[in-house]
Amino acid sequence: MSALRNILLRREAGIAVMIVLFCLAVGTQKPQFLTLDSLRIILLLTPLILIGAMGQMLVVVARHVDLSIGSMLGFSAMVTGMMFKFHPEIWWPIGFLVSIGTGALLGLINGLLVTLFRLPAIIVTLGTLNLYRGLTYIVSNAKQIDRQYVPSALKAMSQTSPIFGIPWIIFISFGVALLTYIFVMHTRVGRQIFALGSNPVAAPLRGVAVTRVTLLVFSISGALSGLAGILYASRWGFVNPSNTGSGFEFQVIAAVVIGGVSINGGVGTVLGTILGVLLLGCVAAALPLLGIPGTTQSAIYGAVILIALLIDRTVRQQGIKSLTRARA
Amino acid sequence: MTDTTPLISARGISKHFAAIEVLRDVDLDLQRGEIHALLGENGAGKSTFAKILAGVHRPSRGTLTLNGEPVEILNPIVAQKLGITLIHQEPISFPDLSVAENLVLGRGDGGWFARVPWAEMTRNARALMDLLGVRIDVTRPMRGLSIADQQMVEIARALASDSRLIIMDEPTAPLTPKEVETLFGIARRLRDEGRTIVFISHRLEEVRALCDRVTIFRDGNKIATDTIGNLTDADIIRLMIGRPLKEFRHKARAQIGDVALKVEGLTLPGVFHDISFEVRKGEIVGLGGLVGAGRTDVARAIFGVAPATSGTVTVAGKRVSITEPAQAIDLGLAFVPEDRAAAGIFRTLSVEENISAAVPKQVAPAGFIQRAVEKALAQESVRKLSIKLASLRQPIGELSGGNQQKAILARWLLTDPSVLILDEPTRGIDIGVKAEFYDMIGDLAASGRAILLISSELPELLALCDRILVMSEGRLTADIARADATQETIMSAAVPRTARAGVAA
Amino acid sequence: MSAIQTPAARELPPARPRWQVIVIRPETMTLVLLILALFGASLLSPYFLDVGYILRSFTLSAEFAIVALVLTMVIIAGEIDLSPAANMALSACLFAFAQQAGVPMPLAIAIGLFAGLVMGAINGFMVIRLQIPSIIVTIGTLTLYRGLAQVIAGDKSIRVPDWFIGINTVLIAGIPLTVLIFIVMSVILGVVLSMTIFGRQIYQIGTNEVAARHAGIRSQRIKMSLFLLMGLVSAVAGLMTASRLGSVRYDLGLGGELQMVLMAMLGGTYIFGGRGTILGTFLAAWLLVIVSTGMTVANVLPAVQLVVLGVLLIVSIIATNFIYSRTQR
Repeated sequence: MSALRNILLRREAGIAVMIVLFCLAVGTQKPQFLTLDSLRIILLLTPLILIGAMGQMLVVVARHVDLSIGSMLGFSAMVTGMMFKFHPEIWWPIGFLVSIGTGALLGLINGLLVTLFRLPAIIVTLGTLNLYRGLTYIVSNAKQIDRQYVPSALKAMSQTSPIFGIPWIIFISFGVALLTYIFVMHTRVGRQIFALGSNPVAAPLRGVAVTRVTLLVFSISGALSGLAGILYASRWGFVNPSNTGSGFEFQVIAAVVIGGVSINGGVGTVLGTILGVLLLGCVAAALPLLGIPGTTQSAIYGAVILIALLIDRTVRQQGIKSLTRARA
Repeated sequence: MTDTTPLISARGISKHFAAIEVLRDVDLDLQRGEIHALLGENGAGKSTFAKILAGVHRPSRGTLTLNGEPVEILNPIVAQKLGITLIHQEPISFPDLSVAENLVLGRGDGGWFARVPWAEMTRNARALMDLLGVRIDVTRPMRGLSIADQQMVEIARALASDSRLIIMDEPTAPLTPKEVETLFGIARRLRDEGRTIVFISHRLEEVRALCDRVTIFRDGNKIATDTIGNLTDADIIRLMIGRPLKEFRHKARAQIGDVALKVEGLTLPGVFHDISFEVRKGEIVGLGGLVGAGRTDVARAIFGVAPATSGTVTVAGKRVSITEPAQAIDLGLAFVPEDRAAAGIFRTLSVEENISAAVPKQVAPAGFIQRAVEKALAQESVRKLSIKLASLRQPIGELSGGNQQKAILARWLLTDPSVLILDEPTRGIDIGVKAEFYDMIGDLAASGRAILLISSELPELLALCDRILVMSEGRLTADIARADATQETIMSAAVPRTARAGVAA
Repeated sequence: MSAIQTPAARELPPARPRWQVIVIRPETMTLVLLILALFGASLLSPYFLDVGYILRSFTLSAEFAIVALVLTMVIIAGEIDLSPAANMALSACLFAFAQQAGVPMPLAIAIGLFAGLVMGAINGFMVIRLQIPSIIVTIGTLTLYRGLAQVIAGDKSIRVPDWFIGINTVLIAGIPLTVLIFIVMSVILGVVLSMTIFGRQIYQIGTNEVAARHAGIRSQRIKMSLFLLMGLVSAVAGLMTASRLGSVRYDLGLGGELQMVLMAMLGGTYIFGGRGTILGTFLAAWLLVIVSTGMTVANVLPAVQLVVLGVLLIVSIIATNFIYSRTQR
């Protein structure tokens, strides 16, 4: 087993243990939590977050952050929904292209602002978070896309299943995770993202086209938000200009930070991020079961982000210590 | 060597930065299978020349030919493709990536979506490490590797891309003698394979031990190129500084008084252990040793930047506990840090503000800043230390390195310190200004201040200090009186000994 | 790099002419924009020539503007705080909840203010003690504080007593009280930042914290006091908002962090720390009020206003960065 993998795995094992402990703890109170059925509920809560988290992971690994994903999700979903509403003649799977393309374009704009003007991503995306949300109102005339306009084939993707009773939407999200894994581990540009986040000053000296890689990362984040957008329409059957995607960024950032992606850049794994998403999903599934009102969810996400930051900090320090010791 | 075309010929290479010419019409041939030293003072142009070869800078004028073919080295990637690798003193690394990945990054084969051949990469990396005879697990991340190991990775990287020209920019400064020996062995082997090594160093004995030919730079000009055997050390120094070496001796031997600073058993685990010494009023105590021996850490601990975990500090006879610099300043300590840009200046703020930064109570007795007082203090400092500037309100970043350093010294003199800790005060400063600093340091001691001078330049220590302490691997290994101090006694104490390390562990 | 420094010693660059130092700065841009905005708005509607109208419009943003003044100091010190709007909501909710539960008003107010202080302390603790970047910490606490407000208030709005309502309608010398508070705060903080050693040290920390520590500046203490001030002022702003609205919901001040950051940025505060003035933020607050009121008068949809704010934020950082990069060599 390689040393690098060892260190990363320790973190992932930690999250896995946390998930198990959490589930057992809930299980002692409510035994029905430990059934396959509840696994299905957990999985159904997570696909959008999982997809968003893959994009956010890349952005954070490259030492940026993208706060605008919720608005990109909302805008892409709205554009796609309007296509369904006003051009029902268009074959519905084209909606995927429209949604992903719209998201990628918005992400590209973020990337351009960050790279061309050397602005901190946090401020840029705080700006575009509002900008894109405002645009969503404008294009939609502040009107919701109702259930009847969303193609039933699309809605069915969240219910019907190719196999094992697991809906398409879950397969799609894990497919995205798998593709992301291949991308970051087995392509040159994937590794360059890690190099960039690990040492942004030195990266250009080693042939990393910093501008283009950064643009790519933000575009991917946008494209995946777009994909999450159309899947939102599938999952919930409507698109609302104000609700759709709002607060998405906090759930995703929480998942990514729990998953061990370091806010200092250069560190993060797909597996860790998946586990981070699952842990969030478990928490979200357990709340109603335990009779805790839904209004607490946001507070719990906030607490979870902060706890994950504390863990990240401790793990990182100990990791460095153990490495230095190993040498001595 | 049957083929006598040089590997690289430089003709008329010049380089400007803004309006300043740092390299003027340099002609130089580098032969295959030679180790070629570039010598010169800081700012002489040798590093700039090396960076032009490596594509970090582009020449303002002049041509380069590689194997007789004219080439344009646009950037480091092109340089690497042409077989030229520059190894920085602080090696470039991607701490979160594995050693093997660090080796291949920037090879540039394949497009964005080309596959990463992990197995092959690891295999090749292992083979290279074996070839170099270093034992580094290539799958571990770079984070935590020693500088020496990181340099080995850089050399391995040069070999991985089959570099014909390997430029080492002051590679030995942070290394232990044993590591230096390993490095030299490898360099010689690479030379014997027909590769060319460019070696930049300040240490004449190393140049003599390793290199075949030397080229000497001064003020942006190439002064001479010759076989090392044809030049004596005195020749080289004369060529480097353009005049015979003048001995620096501080004029006034100060009256040495009571103990001003006493340190006992100071320990910060893993960094330094059981450090005890004292500095008396009017005394200049040198602290020598290799880079990384823990000298700066001791100074930082005394000053409260990164306090020690055990041990005592006594200032003017009183046991004190210093956990932050503000307390140290109140006790009459001052510390001119090594890294001016990172820990000294406020680059975008005015010279005035920089000078008054450590004496808030003088410029703002009631919390409100008294501009007139501040201005008077700053003007007085500028006059005393003859700082060259256009205006007191000008950002300090616009001053030259030497004048910035003077302003930092001025900042500390305003606190009227009884103990002054100077960490490499003359690094990166012009020879002329350096002499001014030596005079100032002598004067400060003469006025009854205790001075702890950390320096890596042996002549500086020998010229200024009444006593020289030497650290090695976090321990104090010698306390040498002025009469007994020579370059040899200092170096032999600075060199880590395996036996000593064994006892330590 | 050392190669550049040495020759530079021989030819000193001349200092910039004094008029350039004074005129070429981001606040000038803010002032010019403010005048242009006033001119444009008065063409749009003669209301804008009425000072009273502008003052009344300002009461709608006064709470954010007050917090933005402190935020300016936080950003100059090299940190950021995205949580103040959530802090406003949580402290207001706690206050409203307490008084509804029968706690006497003075105590309820104290609870609200104390909660704000605690929230500031949490931010400060995580940023300063634990050394976690403030960007990410305050994203976390923003979610947490807003979430806790939701836990406390649920989806209902909590009414406050009648006498507590209407701080914005109290006029002193013709100026609404909240606006007056903003003006007084601006003067105080402006003096603190530009004339006291505390203010000076905020700039020094933001320029180079390591150097500041080496010079004996207690950077941690200063930053902590800024986060505490931020928490307290946010709570005050939260109570002021509660008084203006007459009731408290968990979404009080939602999205306010954008407006606050925008005011600081538009006023020329440098996002990477070390530069900026209270004057800039002061001007920017008025600019923003006139722009958004102007848009309302012109019947621009709130959604479009959101777009305009987003664009303004991005344009203002670009402009500020550009001006600073021109004036520093």
